[in-house]
Amino acid sequence: MTEAQARKLKVSVYRYNPDKDNKPYMQSYDVDTQLVNGQMLLDVLHVIRVDDPTLGFRQSCREGVCGSDGMNINGKNGLACVTKIVDLPNKITIRPLPGLPVVRDLIVDMSQFYRQYEKAEPYLQNDQPAPAKERLQSPEERAKLDGLYECILCACCSTSCPSFWWNPDKFLGPAALLQAERFLIDSRDNATEERLTALDDAYKVFRCRSIMNCVDVCPKGLNPTKAIAAIREKLIQEGT
Amino acid sequence: MVKVVTSLGSTGLADWIVQRFTAILIALYVIFMVVYFFIHPNPTYSEWSTLFSNNWMRTCTFVVFLSIIMHAWVGLWIVSTDYLKHLAVRLIVQMAIIFTLLGCLVWSIEILWGL
Repeated sequence: MTEAQARKLKVSVYRYNPDKDNKPYMQSYDVDTQLVNGQMLLDVLHVIRVDDPTLGFRQSCREGVCGSDGMNINGKNGLACVTKIVDLPNKITIRPLPGLPVVRDLIVDMSQFYRQYEKAEPYLQNDQPAPAKERLQSPEERAKLDGLYECILCACCSTSCPSFWWNPDKFLGPAALLQAERFLIDSRDNATEERLTALDDAYKVFRCRSIMNCVDVCPKGLNPTKAIAAIREKLIQEGT
Repeated sequence: MVKVVTSLGSTGLADWIVQRFTAILIALYVIFMVVYFFIHPNPTYSEWSTLFSNNWMRTCTFVVFLSIIMHAWVGLWIVSTDYLKHLAVRLIVQMAIIFTLLGCLVWSIEILWGL
């Protein structure tokens, strides 16, 4: 970062260590961007952690592929590793993903999110005898999976969804429903009827009110609301 | 999952269809009333009375009342299951909503047919 672009950032970070703290609090850090070795918010967090090694956050690939560093940045969920510093104001507030229990600081317990993902049965189901080599797809059939398979399970979408906040155990949430549609539409899967039957209750799909928070925050530019509408359409076709 | 007994249609699909279908009926009725008020900007008592003395108008109005009640129940059931996590509180509020809506329905019959 050049001197001309140097900025003084005021970063307010949610802190909570259940072993030590009675309740969560916000801690403020001043960061000179000249000391930041990189262009992303994750690099700012690294600078903070040099001074304060107690700060807890997850990270792995550092390039928006693993989905580890999902967090709430100035009120909007996103991945710290693909959030550019230049796109942020000088005052930055970072909190953990909303709606999930906090393990420590910016680290949340993702168990409930994964349980909902598991309910979508995210694997191919086919009771036909397996062919000698593999189940083939036409290029057109394969193209239907575009926009569905790219999800990295960062949980930014589900944790920005009020329906998931209120009913995280009953409503599957946008991430799991995106996966549900990915397998419903896959030409190699023939458990469509069973999948739709499992989805037809008052909560799993229909608690979505199409407010599109999920679309707004998805760091991969995916559209879970469109996938949910497609599931709903399939349920209507089967059920009417 | 345990079958939901307090929702109108017991499944999300049934509730979703009920909500959309009743919304269409309500919208059609509102359009009719807007056109009526456009034709009769200041309806007199006799004009208003003539309109509602027609049995078709009464029946359609009753169907729309019923639609509003079903639509409201689906919506309020969703809101109550979202925000009221305490079982007793949720059941009391849901019962209160049901009695209020049924009361409105009975009242609408009294208004329309003067029973």
